[in-house]
Amino acid sequence: MADAPVLEIRNLGISLPVDAERKLAVEALNVAVGQREIVCLVGESGSGKSVTALAAMGLLPRGLKPVSGEILLQGEDVLKATPQRLRQLRCTRMSMIFQEPMTALNPVLTCGEQIDEVLRAHTQLDAAERRARVLAILRQVRIDDPERVIGAYPHQLSGGQRQRIVIAMALALEPVLVIADEPTTALDVTTQAQILTLIKDLQRQFGTGVLFITHDFGVVAEIAHRVAVMRHGQLVEYGPTEEVLKRPRADYTKMLIKAVPGMTPPARGEASSRPIVVSTTGLTKAYSEGGWLRKTRTISAARDVTLSVRRGETLGIVGESGAGKSTVARCIARLVDPSSGSVTLGGEDIARLSHVRLVPFRRKVQVIFQDPYRSLNPRRTVRQSLVEGPMNYGLPRDEALARAKGLLKLVGLDEAALDRYPHQFSGGQRQRICIARALAMEPELLIADEPVSALDVSVQAQVLDLIEDVRKRLDLAVLFITHDLRVAARVCDRVVVMRRGEVVEQGPTAELFRAPKQDYTRQLLAAAPGREWRFGETAAS
Amino acid sequence: MLAFLARRALATIPVLAMVAVFVFLMLRLTPGDPAAIIAGDNANTQQVDAIRAQLGLEKPLLAQFGIWIGKILQGDFGESFFFKKTVADLIAQRIEPTLALAIVTILLAVAVAVPLGVLAAWKQNSWIDRTVMALSVAGFSVPVFVIGYVLIYVFAIQLGWLPVQGYRSISLGFGQFIERMILPSITLSVIYIALIARITRAAVLEVLGEDYIRTARAKGLSDRQVLVHHGLRAAAVPIVTVIGLGVAVLIGGVVVTESVYGIPGIGRLVVDAVLARDYPTIQAVVMVFSVVYVALNLLVDLSYVFLDPRIRY
Repeated sequence: MADAPVLEIRNLGISLPVDAERKLAVEALNVAVGQREIVCLVGESGSGKSVTALAAMGLLPRGLKPVSGEILLQGEDVLKATPQRLRQLRCTRMSMIFQEPMTALNPVLTCGEQIDEVLRAHTQLDAAERRARVLAILRQVRIDDPERVIGAYPHQLSGGQRQRIVIAMALALEPVLVIADEPTTALDVTTQAQILTLIKDLQRQFGTGVLFITHDFGVVAEIAHRVAVMRHGQLVEYGPTEEVLKRPRADYTKMLIKAVPGMTPPARGEASSRPIVVSTTGLTKAYSEGGWLRKTRTISAARDVTLSVRRGETLGIVGESGAGKSTVARCIARLVDPSSGSVTLGGEDIARLSHVRLVPFRRKVQVIFQDPYRSLNPRRTVRQSLVEGPMNYGLPRDEALARAKGLLKLVGLDEAALDRYPHQFSGGQRQRICIARALAMEPELLIADEPVSALDVSVQAQVLDLIEDVRKRLDLAVLFITHDLRVAARVCDRVVVMRRGEVVEQGPTAELFRAPKQDYTRQLLAAAPGREWRFGETAAS
Repeated sequence: MLAFLARRALATIPVLAMVAVFVFLMLRLTPGDPAAIIAGDNANTQQVDAIRAQLGLEKPLLAQFGIWIGKILQGDFGESFFFKKTVADLIAQRIEPTLALAIVTILLAVAVAVPLGVLAAWKQNSWIDRTVMALSVAGFSVPVFVIGYVLIYVFAIQLGWLPVQGYRSISLGFGQFIERMILPSITLSVIYIALIARITRAAVLEVLGEDYIRTARAKGLSDRQVLVHHGLRAAAVPIVTVIGLGVAVLIGGVVVTESVYGIPGIGRLVVDAVLARDYPTIQAVVMVFSVVYVALNLLVDLSYVFLDPRIRY
């Protein structure tokens, strides 16, 4: 039994509902996880990696059914297990860590209760023993103040702490197998680094086998012993991490690895003499809450931010969540009103212009938002979305339509797209439509607020290329907001690093990545997973 | 939290003031003369005028309003034109049957509707779900008096299991009280069962799609634990809201049921008072109802704090 795998997936097939685009979510999949081994299951959305994980836990959603093969947990086929047996196995022998700890935890129960439930369901321990055990496991996942956290609700903790609670739940009974489904995707880069270290450490300490699902090759490089690459439900490549990352055999794997942007910014031309399109001085946005019968509390979402973007240049704002990146962008676009400071656009301070006087400036600043699924009105055709803005500024319908057709071509879509609705497009295509919509206004400044973080890595590369291409062709100023340093390295001429509403450091991208001046920037760079792998540059060979 | 309570208490003042103005003017602007009704069909103009003067109705509207408000502020609702009693006594006499009917009805409705809703959500699209939802539509559609008379016909007249009509105070014995309460409360609760079951189903269904339900299942909890501890608990806010609103609406909605079952409650009092143009009584009952509505709404809002820790005032 010593070397027998803890999880063995043999010839697994899982069917999709009849009306789906393909018949099988997972097809003839063979993957095994040994004791004390971390196997990464890598793939883009729709590759069947999460379905595989849910099948192993017996948690497949309605409509998906295993049709062939077996999933052996220490030799026992979980696909044949009764519901009662599955309940017994969950958390005692196999556990799952989920992607988004905020939604994975019940908001109306305390963290202590939620961990305690695991012990109550599977052990005979009394209340005092369970409490002691909960405290012990909280210490093991390195929660600083376990006594307080036991009584806290999920929303009172940070993202990293929440994910530690989820991990504590999963490991409370020391299962032999842990399935982690993108456990760090929703976290900030420094938190991600801590959680990855924690998972590695605990895995070694408990001797757990881990099936780790991710789309991020940086994470793979950081954590995996072996890698399985999936595409359209099929296994594309399977082997030791070194092998797969350095000498990928399948074209798809090569493409995926090549699509990961490198951490070394490419050399870029000087743009410093071009005219400034937009600049801010001492830009501050404060929110105050309370008031009547209560103490007022002021929170600065952005404090004293001074920056400028020149024509033809991409300025990146990087930082973790809550750093104030989006607030700055929204102040510049006047989607929120700044509390103080100035925003100079076309020689005029627009920070305090009334909404009526703002109208001529609105056209000059256009925004591409993070989630293309939500930033297009689902009830309007692409045509309606594209012509609405220009027509609002007085362009006749046929000219607006002609412009829309030209822009669709520019962003790489067919004219036939005009009469379709957003849901008929993929995520990458939708983001292209969003870019076309922004460009239809002929802006001088394009604000891209995390435009690729909702997209798969291969699609991400295409959309980044498109934004670069558009910037060059139309000589646009681009303000590019991202939490992903690799993305910043790839597209930005200069970078502003923000933390807790303030600018920590700014400078040309290459210089800032090579020789960061501030500790925080160094931490941020050090936290990027798989930084020692030179993705994007060498893997192409 | 205390600040919130203080704010809400202050906010009731304009609400009640508006209700007071509104009910006062509505009564005086609608046709019908209380003095004429009291004087009877054979009275002459002088007699009617004398009664009107006696009731204080010959004064200008503003003066009448001032007197009424002044008295209310001293806790005096005045004297009924018609029943020759103080309005306070009148309401005190009639409040018990109405309160009893309301409480029994809402307890019954919650006890039946919440489990039905949870069951329907859990077994979504099954025959159980479809049956519950079909019954719910039926419950909405059938008028209260139809349900009332059908129940009386079957259980009181044909089977003779329960009394046809009437009310017996709970202080005279629980058995007799509940015996007369069963049919009216079933009648009245039908629509609330339909409403609460629907909302419960929708709320639980939404929660069952959440990630943390999957987490709970991944922990190896039983279906019942997942459903009750995680599902129902997280779905509590909309359910409690609709129950709270249900109670508020119900107090106003007892009129028909009280009439069908001959229960001497507030509902009947309102009907009688309106027919007799008994201004002080109508005004007082409406004011009492608005205080109850406001208080219930506040209670519902306060309950959110206990149901969802993310809500803080």
